[in-house]
Amino acid sequence: MSDITSQSLFELTSNIKEKKLSSEEITKVFIDRAEKSKKLNVYVTDNFEKAIDQSKKFDSNPNFDLKLPGIPIAVKDLFCTNGVRTTAGSKILNNFVPTYESTVTQNLWSQGAILLGKLNCDEFAMGSSNETSFFGNVQNPVGENLVPGGSSGGSSAAVAANLTPVTIGTDTGGSIRQPASFTGTVGLKPTYGSCSRYGIVAFASSLDQAGPMTKNVRDCSMLLEVISSFDQKDSTSIDYKRNCYSKELSKDIKGKKIGIPKEYRVDNMPDEIEQLWKNGISYAKGCGAEIIDISLPHTNYALPTYYIVAPAEASSNLARYDGVKYGFRSPGQNLIEMYEKTRSEGFGDEVKRRIMIGTYVLSSGYYDAYYLKAQKVRQLIKKDFDDAFSKVDAILTPSTPSSAFKIGEKTNDPVSMYLNDIFTVPINLAGLPGISIPAGKDKNNYPLGLQVIGKPFDEQNILNISYALEDKINFKNDISDWWLSE
Amino acid sequence: MSIDLKTVKHISKLARISIDDEKANKLKGDLNNIFEFIEKLNELNTDNVQALTSIAETTLRFRKDEIKSENIREKILKNSPEENKDFFVVPKVVE
Repeated sequence: MSDITSQSLFELTSNIKEKKLSSEEITKVFIDRAEKSKKLNVYVTDNFEKAIDQSKKFDSNPNFDLKLPGIPIAVKDLFCTNGVRTTAGSKILNNFVPTYESTVTQNLWSQGAILLGKLNCDEFAMGSSNETSFFGNVQNPVGENLVPGGSSGGSSAAVAANLTPVTIGTDTGGSIRQPASFTGTVGLKPTYGSCSRYGIVAFASSLDQAGPMTKNVRDCSMLLEVISSFDQKDSTSIDYKRNCYSKELSKDIKGKKIGIPKEYRVDNMPDEIEQLWKNGISYAKGCGAEIIDISLPHTNYALPTYYIVAPAEASSNLARYDGVKYGFRSPGQNLIEMYEKTRSEGFGDEVKRRIMIGTYVLSSGYYDAYYLKAQKVRQLIKKDFDDAFSKVDAILTPSTPSSAFKIGEKTNDPVSMYLNDIFTVPINLAGLPGISIPAGKDKNNYPLGLQVIGKPFDEQNILNISYALEDKINFKNDISDWWLSE
Repeated sequence: MSIDLKTVKHISKLARISIDDEKANKLKGDLNNIFEFIEKLNELNTDNVQALTSIAETTLRFRKDEIKSENIREKILKNSPEENKDFFVVPKVVE
């Protein structure tokens, strides 16, 4: 049997069901590896003691019909977990212990999973490098002093470093797919309305979605099957029949029409990414798919639109952090001073920047020029995809315009940081499902990803295309465990 | 269009985030860079475009107005920054 921590979710569940491994054995091995992996800084809060108790409890009365039987899983620290501190990577929630559980994490525990701990992320999921976290940056296991992407950077690093079999992240503008691409892992953002937002710390409510982050496509289908559900507690949750994604997973994509949008290129994009894309296209052809050139003419307007819509929604959502009902409070002479000091000391620079942008674009006299304009352009971006999907079944693009960069390289230039999400943001604006799969490496041996975008609720199709491509690409991460301590 | 220091201070007041002059100056630079980037949208004519208000093309559901959680006072007050078993405590607001 291969090393337990490097096994896929599929292998671990099979081994548990066949009684070759116990939940306690698996849980302890992951905890042991985490203790030696502190240098990566993936955990904000661990739940190790309780996890061992729960694994023993599972083993004493196992239910092998569950989809995640006794499987330990660490999750992004943006999901509220009942009785376990939830910080969203922020000082302002440093001491917040939820008294309720997010629907998505509840779905995990209902299927037998065990909480290992809470994973580092950019503050309120605002960032593309995990450098805005109050709890410090995360190291990418791919190489020392490289960012793991963001905002789900602790999650992508934890999966790549074999510190959790799978995890869940959230994606508002690329926060699952970009870190997956930077770490050689798989990450899927579902259709808006597929996974409940109840109990997820809100960033931009019309864009936020939770999704699986895994080592491979099959694991991704297994995890999506568990977390995707209709939920009365989320008013934008959509009631539709979800597929049995793992059962219906198939490499047969013969005759599928795959669109290649000519606009998914940027100035100075490394040749390797263009090459990676060409390889993906030829693999898809090799699987019998039909390649069709398409145009998404408003692609270049997606990021400016996003940087109005997302901060506007964030400024409203984050108004609740005022030091009154929960979280950090800085004392003041009067109520207003308390608000202002609490928010000034409790939020980090990037979060403040975005609240300021949002407040400005929603303020009297500027609403029409910015927010309304952005909502109109968002309609045009969505229409681009509607038109494209009348001709094709899915769209193939690079996931990111570059590979992982060095820690500190882009922290002083917000706009250059925002450009990381140029290929992922349009998908959130249009509410579509998208998946990033590892597809190759650049000259530094850093992973690069390809993105498959689908029609609304067509997760099965993009999983199947990814499954077929994954088989042809045969990606190997070759991570050296350089960070391990004794 | 450019955002001046006075505007930055005004926004920070609206956003209830106190900032000193040094931070305000830094933010002024950042915000101007970001808005320069956002201005790209003005290239597009959107006169006849309907604004997108909801991405999930569904109407909000109705539900019965029922009490589903009871006796949750303790839970709600559990994370309050200043302890008091009955209320949230804030600085005095009435003279």
